[in-house]
Amino acid sequence: MGRKEDNIRKAQALMTKVDMIRNIGIAAHIDHGKTTLSDNLIAGAGMMSEDLAGKQLLLDYDEQEQARGITINAANASMVHDFKGAEYLINLIDTPGHVDFGGDVTRAMRAVDGAIVVVCAVEGIMPQTETVIRQAIKEKVKPILFVNKVDRLINELKVTPEQMQERFMKVIGRVNDLIQRIVPEEFRGVWGVKVDDGSVAFGSAYHNWATSVPFMKETGISFKEIYDYCANDNQKELAKRAPIHQVLLDMTIDHMPNPIEAQKYRIPHIWHGDKESEVGKSMVSCSNKGPIAMMITKIIMDPHAGEVAIGRLFSGSIMRGQELRIIGMPNKNRVQQLSLAVGGDRIAVEKLEAGNIVAVTGLKDAIAGSTATSDPDMAGFEKIVHVSDPVVTKAVEAKHTRDLPKLVEVLRSIAKADPSIVIEINQETGEHLMSGMGELHLEITEYRISKEYGVEINTSAPIVVYREGVEKASPRTFEGKSPNKHNRFYFIVEPLDDYLVDAINSGELQSEGKIKDPKQVGRVLQDLGMSKDMAKGIRLIHNKNMFLDRTKGIQYLYETMELCLQAFKEAMDGSPLAREKAMTMKVMLMDAKLHEDSIHRGPAQIIPAVRNGIFGAIAEAGRILLEPRQKVFITVPMDQMGGATREIQSRRAVIEDMTQDRDTTTIVAKAPVAEMFGFASAIRGTTGGRALWSTEFDGYERVPREIQEKVVGQIRTRKGLKPEPYPASYFSST
Amino acid sequence: MATNGLYLVGLGLGDAMDVSLKGLELIKRADTVFLEDYTSILTDCSLDDLEVLYGSKVEALDRVAVEDGAVILDAAGKGVCAFLVVGDPLCATTHTDLMLRARELRLEVHIIHGASILTAAPSLLGLQHYKFGRTTTLAYPEGDYFPTSPYDVIADNLERGLHTMVLLDIQTDRSRYMSAKEGLNLLLEMESRVGKGSLDPDTLVCVVARAGSAEPFVRCDTLGALKHMEMCGPPHTLIIPGKLHFLEAEALVELASAPESILE
Ligand SMILES: Nc1nc2c(ncn2[C@@H]2O[C@H](COP(=O)(O)OP(=O)(O)OP(=O)(O)O)[C@@H](O)[C@H]2O)c(=O)[nH]1
Ligand SMILES: [Mg+2]
Repeated sequence: MGRKEDNIRKAQALMTKVDMIRNIGIAAHIDHGKTTLSDNLIAGAGMMSEDLAGKQLLLDYDEQEQARGITINAANASMVHDFKGAEYLINLIDTPGHVDFGGDVTRAMRAVDGAIVVVCAVEGIMPQTETVIRQAIKEKVKPILFVNKVDRLINELKVTPEQMQERFMKVIGRVNDLIQRIVPEEFRGVWGVKVDDGSVAFGSAYHNWATSVPFMKETGISFKEIYDYCANDNQKELAKRAPIHQVLLDMTIDHMPNPIEAQKYRIPHIWHGDKESEVGKSMVSCSNKGPIAMMITKIIMDPHAGEVAIGRLFSGSIMRGQELRIIGMPNKNRVQQLSLAVGGDRIAVEKLEAGNIVAVTGLKDAIAGSTATSDPDMAGFEKIVHVSDPVVTKAVEAKHTRDLPKLVEVLRSIAKADPSIVIEINQETGEHLMSGMGELHLEITEYRISKEYGVEINTSAPIVVYREGVEKASPRTFEGKSPNKHNRFYFIVEPLDDYLVDAINSGELQSEGKIKDPKQVGRVLQDLGMSKDMAKGIRLIHNKNMFLDRTKGIQYLYETMELCLQAFKEAMDGSPLAREKAMTMKVMLMDAKLHEDSIHRGPAQIIPAVRNGIFGAIAEAGRILLEPRQKVFITVPMDQMGGATREIQSRRAVIEDMTQDRDTTTIVAKAPVAEMFGFASAIRGTTGGRALWSTEFDGYERVPREIQEKVVGQIRTRKGLKPEPYPASYFSST
Repeated sequence: MATNGLYLVGLGLGDAMDVSLKGLELIKRADTVFLEDYTSILTDCSLDDLEVLYGSKVEALDRVAVEDGAVILDAAGKGVCAFLVVGDPLCATTHTDLMLRARELRLEVHIIHGASILTAAPSLLGLQHYKFGRTTTLAYPEGDYFPTSPYDVIADNLERGLHTMVLLDIQTDRSRYMSAKEGLNLLLEMESRVGKGSLDPDTLVCVVARAGSAEPFVRCDTLGALKHMEMCGPPHTLIIPGKLHFLEAEALVELASAPESILE
């Protein structure tokens, strides 16, 4: 038996020994070396045929990933490692670094208990580095640190050993600052990375070596020696003396919690069901005997097996042929195949056990984010919320009309596998609109539709997803009348206060849904600084818009409120300026006059009345269009700086910062997403391909006043509406 | 000769023949005839029957057209416009807004009355209209929308010993006419949601169906018994009697087969 086969057998056996398991994610800024690291860990652990190791990126198996040299899909693999005389099973997820695929990182964090944060020693802490640390901590996933590409520091930047240490300390300091700022109370002072205890390692994923303080002590290899190995072009030798898989897997086993330890504190955080129930107890203790509870974090399309659901099994054991319920779906799904991803292979198994990252086929109703369970009464896991929403849209149509039914099918399947893709149908024109996190995300999805699913398509030019807002408070209450004129509603709309927006963004206030306990939420609002009178009127938050009932003692309003909220939601889903979604509006019902008999104030009367009241107030408050913006980070050699600056400045961008490190310049700018289309090839052209750049979502901001009318006209025309929005008076006459 | 303007004409109940002579004359002479087609129906009569009787074209208008009002006001500005409403034109339904808008346009507005369920139902049962409290209507619930104020109205009336007229939802556009049975089930659902204990299967309830037709259905019994009783087609109306005068009790037994126990 070869080493690989032997290891596969071991992995299967270890799956049941929960205290010998570690579930970890590898996360970092784009290109910092996550996949190179993951591959070398797998190869080093002997889970890959030796002749393949290092030659191809095993986890970037997708054709597009290989062609572009970036990771698109979070991919998982398990490996076996010997630590202090015992064998351990490590289930690893390699995550993408490009912001467009950030949703995959957020979801992967649900499945793991620890994260190796990789930081490139040359670039240092980048925006996505901070984002992934936040994503980990939000899920109570413990971070440790690997400083990568140390070889480049020595060989390209030619830093001295002292300068190198300085750089390391700076990176470690910034990681710890961030962790301390956001760490949950229970881990304050406990989580954080330290050179001395070995929760930090340094090395080169590409050249396959790494080291840490405990490792140096144990082996006697000094920092100076390492420096010399690199400087003398002898990293092969170094890789033999300090193999990266040994240092990093030792560190993982030593510093990451096993599933029993982790589920104790992670379950109450990610699951809000009854703690005393059988499934609750079983998850907290990570028992393989209790009901099955699996959180699905990724659906992949396997050319042979079809849709494979990947996720974390928090409780129970799954057997082939078992029927599981996907929470929220009416019918049970039968489990067809079970597998463990060992190295790059999917190994079919008969049984999967609690505490592992597993792959299951047959769960046809599952999407990333679903809960699969054998317990009919189980409450689902908490929703996984990604920091940003899709901001770029393209219209998609089948090249051949006969393919239309197939396209509809394919789009549905794509939206199911990738929750960051949103498919909508334009009601006016009937065309399919596909929204994603960025241009690249859509480009890759289009490629999949035509190449993997075999449907030829035409797509429109990309457009950004706008939002609507108000400039100031509406100057007076606006009256909306019901069609029968027997009911009247009076509204004021104003921009949602900053402290409320912050509270929604930080999770202090729920970001969506009906307020189930207005008294309790009212108290939260009061603590945030809202007046008692206003706070008690909180009824609903939708797309970060708030509905407040500020009326007093209006007879029958209680039985009309449901309809008011429905109308509010509709109004926020398509606002009066361009029928885009509203964002951060505070909608206040000031007064209402209702007909005595409920028959004259049903849905057909109340919904238009409330909509008109809200739309009129929005119009009088000054309608503004909001556009998504991104931060752009560009690193270029000094002699290309002029070209890069000109390119970014031609895109309505504001340059926020420019720093120099030896002969490279880093430009930080803020630009509207709408102007950034085609930036990739433009910057390649102007800098001769020598610029490195990345972006980060930076929220919504107002479209400049001078161009709003033009943009609104374009959006409306595209939607088949007349170019000018209706004036406020339109909403009081109808 | 009638002058130009808006004439709201009540068609009464039952069939085409219930309209008043004054109404009929006006309709025959009108330049335009509209029928409000969504809040009520004549029991034994179609649009064709009306057209034959009047010798003129009758245009049925749905809710959107009536609420918008433009076609009606336009016709009333140009000639004699008859706007036909089943029952009495401004009673159970609400066309006040139309009337006010016509007056704002300085148009003549006249009302020609017709018989209404509000008086017909008590008459058929022998109940005294002096003793009625507020009227209410049961609407079909829609999604999460389930108004319970009708229950409050009934509870309030009962407490004060008053009868309640409970009208039932009519949605001609969806061909839905709430039956007494559906109405009683809704009332029980409201009881379980509001839970004041005002209604239970022993509560005395009256049903009037097809008032104004040749054979109206009139019955008084407990809510529990009525829920299972076979009845004729729509429209139906419920009445929840309050404290009964002895003559009312006798009439209910005689006219509506009420249980004799109510005589004590
Ligand atoms: N010199 C040097 N190059 C490295 C090292 N690690 C990775 N690289 C190179 O950096 C580039 C990016 O490596 P990947 O492993 O694909 O990076 P990644 O973080 O997985 O990238 P994304 O998944 O797209 O975010 C490749 O060209 C690697 O060969 C290192 O330690 N030293
Ligand atoms: Mg990668």
